[in-house]
Amino acid sequence: MHRTGELYGHFETLEQQKESATLGMWIFLVTEVLFFGGLFLTYTINRRAFSTAFGIGSNTLDITLGAGNTVVLIMSSLTMAMAVWSAQVGKKKLVSIFLIATLGLGTVFLGVKAIEYKQKYDHHLIPGHGFDMRYRSAHPTASDDLKELAREKQEVQTAIKSDPDINYHGQLYFSLYFGMTGLHALHMIVGAGLLLWLIKGSFVGRYTPQYNTPVEIVGLYWHFVDIVWIYLFPLLYLIDRHH
Amino acid sequence: MSEHIVSPKIYAVIFLSLMIGTAITVWAAFQNFGKFNIVIALVIASIKATLVVLYFMHARYSPRRTQLVIVCSVFWLAIMLVLTLADYGTRAHDLQPGVSRLTPRATSHFIQA
Repeated sequence: MHRTGELYGHFETLEQQKESATLGMWIFLVTEVLFFGGLFLTYTINRRAFSTAFGIGSNTLDITLGAGNTVVLIMSSLTMAMAVWSAQVGKKKLVSIFLIATLGLGTVFLGVKAIEYKQKYDHHLIPGHGFDMRYRSAHPTASDDLKELAREKQEVQTAIKSDPDINYHGQLYFSLYFGMTGLHALHMIVGAGLLLWLIKGSFVGRYTPQYNTPVEIVGLYWHFVDIVWIYLFPLLYLIDRHH
Repeated sequence: MSEHIVSPKIYAVIFLSLMIGTAITVWAAFQNFGKFNIVIALVIASIKATLVVLYFMHARYSPRRTQLVIVCSVFWLAIMLVLTLADYGTRAHDLQPGVSRLTPRATSHFIQA
């Protein structure tokens, strides 16, 4: 394809090229909105029908890790926005620094997610044959707070009275939890790959005030993934904490 | 149209607002507002999402064409959510609260509670 510098032959100016690329990215994001929207819809319908099991499932999640991850992800959005700004004002070194910071924060988020998944595995909360919502309070480990476990046991016993199939319906909650956070994490992994590519370009000074479309476009994607988490956090972690 | 550069100052203000929003979300989740807990959580999340779209994603400074695409995405999402939930909410259905039982307990091979 004919190309002069960063300008492809079918565009008049770099500005026009950037506007087209941005519009294309937004159209892709519309499909992503509807994709995640379907998952949120599934979640809403099931949560309404099986609110007891969903409440118990939600309360097993670690708020400190979840809220901490929210902070980490919003910070990574800030550094991503700052990377775009650095490119726009021509501070080439800062572009690299902010992109690396974004990648670092994204990696922290995924690391914390891995710790959370491991906890659920240890507590027999992965949907399937070994799934048992009573497992954790019945098998305390040295690091567990016994008072907290007694409260949890009480909570599950009360719940069983209103929903005898709680182990069955609880699996719906955890299927949605792993499905939604897993797809979100998959998007983060793709984003991390895109960031690596951007960082490589930033090392050779590719992004300038005249041409910074890739940083802007990947930024749009990264912020979108942040928005998905902004909804996932309260819906998955916080739905039944007020008792 | 010349490019609009959003200043770091605005980014910092938005970042702080998002942090405050997160703090309020966590605080509100532990208060008992009855049915309104979920409403409050979703309203705060939507305000945060709007801030991200308008400033971090530069929607406020984008061409009308791009803004139209963004509004359309919300509109299509609203169609999907509202019509589906209206259907589930108004019909006698297997997934109504209280009557729900996806499988008879006798045939469930999962550990029974």
